[in-house]
Amino acid sequence: MQGIAFDIAHMLAGSLVLVSFMQLYQRRLLALLNVFALHAVVLSASVAWQAYIQDAPHLYITAVIALAFKAIVIPVALRRIVVKLGIHREIENVFGTGLVMLFGIGLVALSMVVMLRVTAEADPLAREDLAFALSVVLLGLLMMVTRRNAIGQVIGFMAMENGLVLAATGAKGMPLVVEISIAFSVLIAFIVIGIFLFRIRERFDTVDMQAMDRFRGERR
Amino acid sequence: MMREFAFQGAQMLLVLLLAPLLTGFVRKVKARLLRRQGPPLLQPYRDLARLLRKDVVLSDDASWLFRVIPYFVFAATWVAVSLVPTFRSGLMFSWTADLIAIIAVLGSARFFQALAGLDAGTSFGGIGSSREVMIASLAEPAMLMIVFAIALIAGATQLSTMSAFMNSDEVGLRVSLGFCLIALIMVAIAENGRIPVDNPATHLELTMVHEAMVLEYSGRHLALIELAAMLKLLLYVSLIACLFAPWGISPSGAGATQLAAGVASYIAKLAVLGAALAAFETVIAKMRVFRVPEFIGAALMLALLATLLRFVSGSL
Amino acid sequence: MVVYALCGVAALVALAPVGMALRASPRGTGVVYGASLIVTLMLLVMSLDILLTGAGASATTLPFGLPWIGAHFRIDTLAAFFLVVINLGGAAASLFALGYGRHEDAPQRVLPFYPVYLAGMNMVVLAADAFTFLVAWEFMSLTSWALVIAHHRTAENLRAGYVYLLMAGFGTLTLLLAFGLLAGAEGHYTFDAIRAAPPSAGVAALVLILAIAGAGSKAGLVPLHVWLPLAHPAAPSHVSALMSAVMTKVAVYGFIRIVFDLLGTPAWWWSLVVLGIGGATCVMGVLYALMQRDLKRVLAYSTIENIGIVFAALGLALAFKAEQLPLPAALAMTAALFHVFNHSLFKSLLFFGAGAVLSATGTRDMDRLGGLIHRMPQTAFAFLAGCVAISALPPLNGFVSEWLAFQAILLSPQLPFWSLKLMVPAVGALLALSAALAAACFVRAFGITFLGRPRSDAATLAHETDTHSLAAMYVLTALCLIAGVLPGFFIDALAPVVQALTGGRMPVQTGVAWLSIVPVAESRSSYNGLLVFAFIALSGAIAALAIHRLASDRVRRAPTWDCGYPDASTGTQYSASSFAQPIRRVFGTLVFGARETGSMPPPGSTAPARLTVVVRDLIWDWLYAPVAAGIAFASDRVNTMQFLTIRSYLSLVFGALVLLLLVLAIWP
Repeated sequence: MQGIAFDIAHMLAGSLVLVSFMQLYQRRLLALLNVFALHAVVLSASVAWQAYIQDAPHLYITAVIALAFKAIVIPVALRRIVVKLGIHREIENVFGTGLVMLFGIGLVALSMVVMLRVTAEADPLAREDLAFALSVVLLGLLMMVTRRNAIGQVIGFMAMENGLVLAATGAKGMPLVVEISIAFSVLIAFIVIGIFLFRIRERFDTVDMQAMDRFRGERR
Repeated sequence: MMREFAFQGAQMLLVLLLAPLLTGFVRKVKARLLRRQGPPLLQPYRDLARLLRKDVVLSDDASWLFRVIPYFVFAATWVAVSLVPTFRSGLMFSWTADLIAIIAVLGSARFFQALAGLDAGTSFGGIGSSREVMIASLAEPAMLMIVFAIALIAGATQLSTMSAFMNSDEVGLRVSLGFCLIALIMVAIAENGRIPVDNPATHLELTMVHEAMVLEYSGRHLALIELAAMLKLLLYVSLIACLFAPWGISPSGAGATQLAAGVASYIAKLAVLGAALAAFETVIAKMRVFRVPEFIGAALMLALLATLLRFVSGSL
Repeated sequence: MVVYALCGVAALVALAPVGMALRASPRGTGVVYGASLIVTLMLLVMSLDILLTGAGASATTLPFGLPWIGAHFRIDTLAAFFLVVINLGGAAASLFALGYGRHEDAPQRVLPFYPVYLAGMNMVVLAADAFTFLVAWEFMSLTSWALVIAHHRTAENLRAGYVYLLMAGFGTLTLLLAFGLLAGAEGHYTFDAIRAAPPSAGVAALVLILAIAGAGSKAGLVPLHVWLPLAHPAAPSHVSALMSAVMTKVAVYGFIRIVFDLLGTPAWWWSLVVLGIGGATCVMGVLYALMQRDLKRVLAYSTIENIGIVFAALGLALAFKAEQLPLPAALAMTAALFHVFNHSLFKSLLFFGAGAVLSATGTRDMDRLGGLIHRMPQTAFAFLAGCVAISALPPLNGFVSEWLAFQAILLSPQLPFWSLKLMVPAVGALLALSAALAAACFVRAFGITFLGRPRSDAATLAHETDTHSLAAMYVLTALCLIAGVLPGFFIDALAPVVQALTGGRMPVQTGVAWLSIVPVAESRSSYNGLLVFAFIALSGAIAALAIHRLASDRVRRAPTWDCGYPDASTGTQYSASSFAQPIRRVFGTLVFGARETGSMPPPGSTAPARLTVVVRDLIWDWLYAPVAAGIAFASDRVNTMQFLTIRSYLSLVFGALVLLLLVLAIWP
């Protein structure tokens, strides 16, 4: 039983990394939103499984919150924003997809090495889950760095936060209050970003960040 | 000794007979999903028989290599399929080639097929060959990395040993195996020229890879090349089945009931995977040519990640 | 034994004045190349005998060279193996040159230097002290340089010779420093003395870096490879074959001798450097090869790729040796040495084919060739065999050494270091990528050159080469096939060499059932080249027979269908650069900054549309051009010292004198 429990936990964490790679690979905005919803679903499944094996019922609530907010509310809202703003549906990466994926592999390797060395005496289940969680965080950051479109960067930010939630649940004992406060802060940040996007779109007719740089006069 | 010989021969005959049936089945399921009647299940056999009887029309510029290549491609693919465990593992000659050698034999066949595209000196052949080698330059390393990842877990590159290991209890539900499965499916789609990489149904030259390479072939040559393509599809489906769904493969020295169960489970696996392939091809659209390297590059990355995970941690 | 080898070397050197004397005579090529063939065959037989019977090392000291050192020569198993490689390549090249050399229009620049070149290479391997080694190494470089600029009227060849001389000088300098460090303060230059007093860890690391720079520049490791694609094509074809197939192996010998033999026990991180450089070299080499139009340049870059594979395998062997794992180290070392042997075979074969094409059509540009399979069928068949072998396809020999390398990689999770755990899978992926790209490269090389329709008159009027050249090519083809289907014998022949270098050996292969090879255990992995070859041949024959009997065997000839749009112009077929375009687009935009720009004329204008493809060599732009610019800048500055007044010169002398007196005054 122990073996299978470990394996399923690792499988779910690994699937989260896989879905992060799928996010990096996506070019179209609406498809990216779907993949992000999938990301949140896998996260909530992983958290629910952790709740089951750690016997910590408050984590079920965390899973439900992740499912409700991140898999349903936020993707639906972002989709409405995208359609309303008429944002050009193709995301352009700053670098080519191949190079970004290669870099992603390097980041995953780096996080595996770092985590497995640093936590050499910890619980084996938690170590590898933490390594995967760090990978998800780094991949989310990579997404933020390599996308031009503001929506893509927002999704990267959310993905990073998913990685943090995974790390927190894996480390055994994340109190519910922390999760609620994190969820609220994310929601507020998201609302603020949404408002800003509307304003930017009104003013400049675009949400392309590189165009923004040009307007500011800081074009390299 | 003679028994083992007979089993190896039976395997060779079985794969040769089942390959057109698998292709026919996939076409039938695709047609039904699109609410068409579709061609009869046995149509590929009739197509092959018709082609075999026809004259070969050779281009004036074609060389002796053009005439020899279909036989070589067919022979190489047939030998490769015969070494993959289908209903029974531990076949008599399975130790002559491990999985790396099987992939290299397929690579040999592809090398000569690409040469055939260049032989008549047409631009269509050139398109097909150059795209084929581009796809191969990514698909083959991806396949090799998948082999590495699974071999590091199973402790062998010999297919019978790998299949037996995957059938045992020690394998567990590993993340790297999950990555390998997805990467193997992507590579199989690319190598067999299915949607979203290539369209096997039509013969439009500018979008096709495989069909453009064999444009000048006719008669029995074309029949052999089509049969080789069907065998290649069977090989990849059998490979996925024997590595990731190895239940039912009878070990060597098994009795008649186990063998019959092995054959039945093999045919069932072919049906399931064929139907899945047909459904997948119906749902998704073909990618434009220069998205394909990104697709296969993703498979290569996944396989590399799986190998890396195995190097870095024993339980992943 | 060593004395006989030295006699052979002396015989080769003695052929130089013979070649000089006979340079104008029509018998000259026959005499010189024939005599070289005989001497190299004798040396080959002798070194095979030493390798296979495992005779003990024999050494001798001659009174040449520096008076207090003398010249030491020794043949041990490693030297015997490399003598086999050198003399097999030399014999094949001499046989080829018996036919090819007749077309030479500057025999006085080739004939005297060729046998001395062979002698130099043999002497490097025979040398047993640092001085002899370096003298022989320089000898080898200088004679090959003379051969590279043999056709000096072409400016391109002169530039190639210049770059080659610079890089060869650099290589010798670094090797000089390496041997100097190894010799230590007491100055023991003999290899035996160096072996007895291994250096400390810091000195050993420095020697490793210098050895990689020195031997690696001669072998063609990235980024020291720039001379290779310029120099190898410039030389006459038999010399190109020797340079690519044999001289690079002499460089590998130098590396193995220093790092595996003279430096003692390796540190674990050495393998990181070697693996990294090997992996980068193999992918860069084949990507460069795919961008070239000149057939010989393609082959030269492909040599770089194969040297990368050898060094990657050597890096693995170093890692295992440092961890004291003799069996995996033996496997990796066997893979490296077997690849050295295989590459010398098929690269010579390919260069001979390219030489045949050059002498038949007068051009090396693939975009001017095509359809040669009809005009030169036997050359085409041999070249095809070479292409299949170099693409690592069963059942020929290239596949066996790649397979052994992959098996060694599969044994490497045992290595405990994290950086190795990340580096080895990455290098494995790079090896797999380079193998697939090499297949693409040689489909292109064979397909564009020999298949299709002729793209120029030169290709239409080509003719088959002479019997000597064909004989050399077919001997090498047969050897490739034998090494592919009977690899067990070759692995066992390599066992004593591997044992001496790594302390382990692979299990005995000749006893295995059905002549398979089993590197570790049969349930783990095994390969039988003979049976794979037999099965494919048998299945093909059965299919052909069955179909011809039962179905139809009629053939009709007709014009090319081409989907109903036949085009009589041969320019519409795929050319070398168009064939490489998909790969150039996928890999080249990143690695070479490859850009395609098309310019269309306005409607109504009859000017042609133009497609411009720009491929930049980033290593040249970022490493060599700045270094050259820096040196030019510095020399410009220093050059002002040529034009000073007499008073300034006197002041300089005065200043130096005062400085030295000050030093004397202050020195305690």
